[in-house]
Amino acid sequence: MAEPRQQECAPAQAAFWRRPAFRAALFQTLLVLALCLVGYSLFTNTLNNLEQRGISTGFGFLSQEAGFGILQSLIDYNETHSYGRTFFVGLLNTLLVSALGIALATLIGFVMGVARLSGNWLVARIATVYIETFRNIPLLLQIMFWYFAVLQPLPRPKQSLSFGEAFFLNNRGFYIPGPVFEQGFWLVGVAFALAVVAVVILARWARRRQEATGRQFHTVFVSLGLLLGLPLLAFLVMGMPMSWEYPALKGFNFRGGMVIIPELAALLLALSIYTGAFIAEAVRSGILAVSHGQTEAAYALGLRPGVTLRLVIIPQALRVIIPQLTSQYLNLTKNSSLATAIGYPDLVAVFAGTTLNQTGQAVEVIAMTMAVYLTISLSISLFMNWYNKRKQLVER
Amino acid sequence: MMKRIHAVATAAVLFTAATTTAQAGATFDAVKSKGFVQCGVSTGLAGFSSADDKGNWTGLDVDICRAVAAAVFGDAEKVKYTPLTAKERFTALQSGEIDMLSRNTTWTLTRDTSLGLNFAGVNYYDGQGFLVAKNLGVKSAMELDGASFCIQAGTTTELNLADYFRANKLSYTPITFDKSDETVKAFEAGRCDALTSDQSQLYALRIQLKNPESAMVLPEVISKEPLGPVVAQGDDEWFNVVRWSLFAMLNAEELGINSGNVDAMMESKDPNVRRVLGLEGIKGSGLGLDDAWAANIIRGVGNYAEAFERNVGMGSPLKIARGQNALWNKGGLQYAPPIR
Ligand SMILES: N[C@@H](CCC(=O)N[C@@H](CS)C(=O)NCC(=O)O)C(=O)O
Repeated sequence: MAEPRQQECAPAQAAFWRRPAFRAALFQTLLVLALCLVGYSLFTNTLNNLEQRGISTGFGFLSQEAGFGILQSLIDYNETHSYGRTFFVGLLNTLLVSALGIALATLIGFVMGVARLSGNWLVARIATVYIETFRNIPLLLQIMFWYFAVLQPLPRPKQSLSFGEAFFLNNRGFYIPGPVFEQGFWLVGVAFALAVVAVVILARWARRRQEATGRQFHTVFVSLGLLLGLPLLAFLVMGMPMSWEYPALKGFNFRGGMVIIPELAALLLALSIYTGAFIAEAVRSGILAVSHGQTEAAYALGLRPGVTLRLVIIPQALRVIIPQLTSQYLNLTKNSSLATAIGYPDLVAVFAGTTLNQTGQAVEVIAMTMAVYLTISLSISLFMNWYNKRKQLVER
Repeated sequence: MMKRIHAVATAAVLFTAATTTAQAGATFDAVKSKGFVQCGVSTGLAGFSSADDKGNWTGLDVDICRAVAAAVFGDAEKVKYTPLTAKERFTALQSGEIDMLSRNTTWTLTRDTSLGLNFAGVNYYDGQGFLVAKNLGVKSAMELDGASFCIQAGTTTELNLADYFRANKLSYTPITFDKSDETVKAFEAGRCDALTSDQSQLYALRIQLKNPESAMVLPEVISKEPLGPVVAQGDDEWFNVVRWSLFAMLNAEELGINSGNVDAMMESKDPNVRRVLGLEGIKGSGLGLDDAWAANIIRGVGNYAEAFERNVGMGSPLKIARGQNALWNKGGLQYAPPIR
């Protein structure tokens, strides 16, 4: 109860509406209110106007029958499914090409980035030519190039190139045998999951032991053994519960098995080669940012060049590389929407293309599509920021 | 590039829908005050709408745009063209980027109602067909079980193909492109066994092939495709202008008035002819146009038969017979209400 007296001693306080904290809060509230108001009036006005122009509104169309076919779908789809389902078909196709593209572009980028700094003249030159060429040609052109460059020389289905009568390559795609899972295959999955857990535990143990005693343990070989061995064991125990379905020529085309369509191959190739060139530059700048003294110090300790790169240079370079990598991943995902040019059925081609056109509901369809790209981009950013924090220099 | 246009057009719909209010007569007034008709056409389809290397557009669909300009301004040249893919066309019309669309567009219930559009008539009766390479050895569409088809996105073609194969319990693979050149290129590269679209367009695309002789159009027609000019809902006067511009061309053919004899016909005693030429009857007042509106169309563009023969008929590389597009009294379907 000493407080009132303390206040008396303090200098007289300004009236509450003059306090900066109050003012800041007031203005921010007003701004938010104004934004809400503008947003609300835009929204109702849009609905009114669409109605006046006789354009349907609402999300009812999502449950209507779509009535058109889609070239590639990761989930069960045919023309009798709904427009809502075409959204997921397109979304999964976008995610597929983006995820594969990110993996491939990262691989190409790291190899080429390191190669460009290589002491070997030829290797460094090849990497330079690759980077300068592919970074400077518009992506759309590259996509078209790969598409028609991949298609033109390939034979028609009847003259397919056959590899061991199981793999077939023609201008409709690359046909590979598809696995047919029989009863009891679940145990193989369980075994694989167990192996993954075991590998994680093993890696932790090995690291702690090395930190404590300095003795190294070859986790790589043991891990590989676990990952392959356990599922294989389960497979044999259950009496090999899987067979292969081979593609076969029936009529105009191959049927059965799995197919990688040329649209996917071309888009993937173009996206990862293009983005790979940018990642290579990011990797190079990251490595150059680590002072040469570090390398010399590592050599002085007797570390071999490979180990130096892996344990000394790359971890420090990553701090520079990761933020740039994030923006390249975002670019790749957004660029995947160029798919429409070559008929790859991604979200933009299927949902913001055909579905929009057939239903005419531009506002709803575009809003949903934008929400998807925003969500994907924010997720990539969040993940990469988290990863970046982990890789920041930890001072001990 | 075309992706960007599409995005811009879509953004334009969102924006105009969010900010402006629709009002009656707006399009017609805007057209009159800007002094030209902004007409949406295809990105290039021989006979229907295609541009030469100097940027002059010609074709049966283009002639509808020109007829409207002749009716409104007395000058068929007062048209600006916006090339649109099938996917972009309705958004462009809804957003007011174009005043009318004349781009081999099929009249369907959905488009006429929930898309906020109005079809002003039919300038070409068509149906969907198949283009195949001759060396495929196929004589009928029923032999196409399991085949791959190159098609264009955002068309009735996509829907008809699915319907046809579903109804006949056959399987098929669609490969969908945005633009007709990509569709054609993929067909030539052998990505698909057949290209499917409205039959008239197949004839037009066939002559664009490097070797037109290598491909043929199958006899089957699997759908009804009444193609015609379209306007946005909400301006009935403008709708009437577009619709009656087409009807004037058909009536002129029926009455034997053409671009060569229109001035001589002014002396005609036939009241039907005199009404079309604006010499008696309601003249231009019903449409809010000059009395010579129909005469200007005939002078500047010609009657329907002239437009047909010049663009897609015997006077053109397409050599399409009149068939269903003959006048009703010559065994065809083209029938225009009387001008009176
Ligand atoms: N009649 C069809 C349109 C068919 C269509 O667009 N066909 C293609 C032929 S493959 C075309 O005209 N393309 C020209 C272009 O995209 O500019 C519809 O209304 O949905």
